[in-house]
Amino acid sequence: MMDNKRRKFLKMAGATVLAGISAPAIVKLSSTDAVASGGGQEAAAGGHSQSAAGASSARIRLGMVVDMRVFYQDQALLDVAIEACVKAHNIPEIPDRKSEIKWIWKTGYENAFPEHSHNHRSQILEHNQFAVLCNHCDNPSCVKACPTKATFVVEKNGIVAMDFHRCIGCRFCMAACPFGARSFNWQDPRPFIKRYNPDFPTRMRGVVEKCNFCGERLALGLEPACVEACKGTGALVFGDLNDADSEIRKVLDEEFTIQRKPSAGTIPSVFYIV
Amino acid sequence: MYNKGYVITGLVIFVLFVTFPVWFNGLDAGPLPKPEPPPGGEKQCVAPAAEMRDSHMQLLNEWRDDVLRNSNRVMITVDGKEYRKGLQIACMQCHSNKEKFCDTCHDYAAVSPTCWDCHIAPAELAKKEAQ
Repeated sequence: MMDNKRRKFLKMAGATVLAGISAPAIVKLSSTDAVASGGGQEAAAGGHSQSAAGASSARIRLGMVVDMRVFYQDQALLDVAIEACVKAHNIPEIPDRKSEIKWIWKTGYENAFPEHSHNHRSQILEHNQFAVLCNHCDNPSCVKACPTKATFVVEKNGIVAMDFHRCIGCRFCMAACPFGARSFNWQDPRPFIKRYNPDFPTRMRGVVEKCNFCGERLALGLEPACVEACKGTGALVFGDLNDADSEIRKVLDEEFTIQRKPSAGTIPSVFYIV
Repeated sequence: MYNKGYVITGLVIFVLFVTFPVWFNGLDAGPLPKPEPPPGGEKQCVAPAAEMRDSHMQLLNEWRDDVLRNSNRVMITVDGKEYRKGLQIACMQCHSNKEKFCDTCHDYAAVSPTCWDCHIAPAELAKKEAQ
């Protein structure tokens, strides 16, 4: 009697273990065909924005073209654009480079375009500073990294926005961003702000910040502050990448443009004419 | 009951200790705060005063989510005047004195909301302008 029960129990236990181990394998085998064909190719395509067109062509997707040819002629114009951004967003000007806050800033060619750099570059590329900012990627790695959804893609216009209220300052997004477009407030930024814009908040210690493509100005029907500062020069062209008739698409159709780190696969929305 | 004397004395001391803040002030919660009405003389708010008193914090959270998450930046019209949704750009336009408005009740209720860590109070704005 006793042995019979034990034998039965062991049989049942064995069958259960076997079922438990084999079930995932069976599920996987039966659904492999449907999954396998879609996943791999997109990652392989990687580069410029060919995969982006299909992904979100119906919605507005805001982007920018930086025509560096204008800035080569007038480097001071870039400072004017940066200044306009600083004023509009209460950005602190911290002298210590380790804790500086950057929304749009200047950097050398090699830092801006490490994948396009090579020996014997033209003097123009060597001696000019390039305007860099958040690329508002179509496939933003920062958004995936954020554990609180403090950074997210705005459905309406494709801007990679931030909700400072929700940022816990973990800085995962800073590690995830291939462009260094995010800055962390190591200290209270207020003492370093020269003049407040009463329409915009400041940030506090322990919060990450970055360019927001002037979402608050767009809502009022204004252009981004940097674009407005360069008005009439054509240095910064801003518009909807999904609208075939927009000014930005005309520029993109006519000119040869490059992007920062296309191999990172984030599909940036900022293009450069160098 | 064992050790009746100790237990009851202990209980009495405990209850007295826990209710210290209540009886120490003579069962009086102090004078009620009187937040200053808008210095500009505006009489109409986005909602009736009682509702604002109860749930301005929920309203502010809704505005925040509307503006930042849902791209719903529709203006609020009060008394024929349009305001954008926001603490700094709507509320403080009328209630321009944080110390005499927000702080009076917040101090009384011993709450310390973190709004002002980022949003700039009018007094703070003026300080920077003066420099």
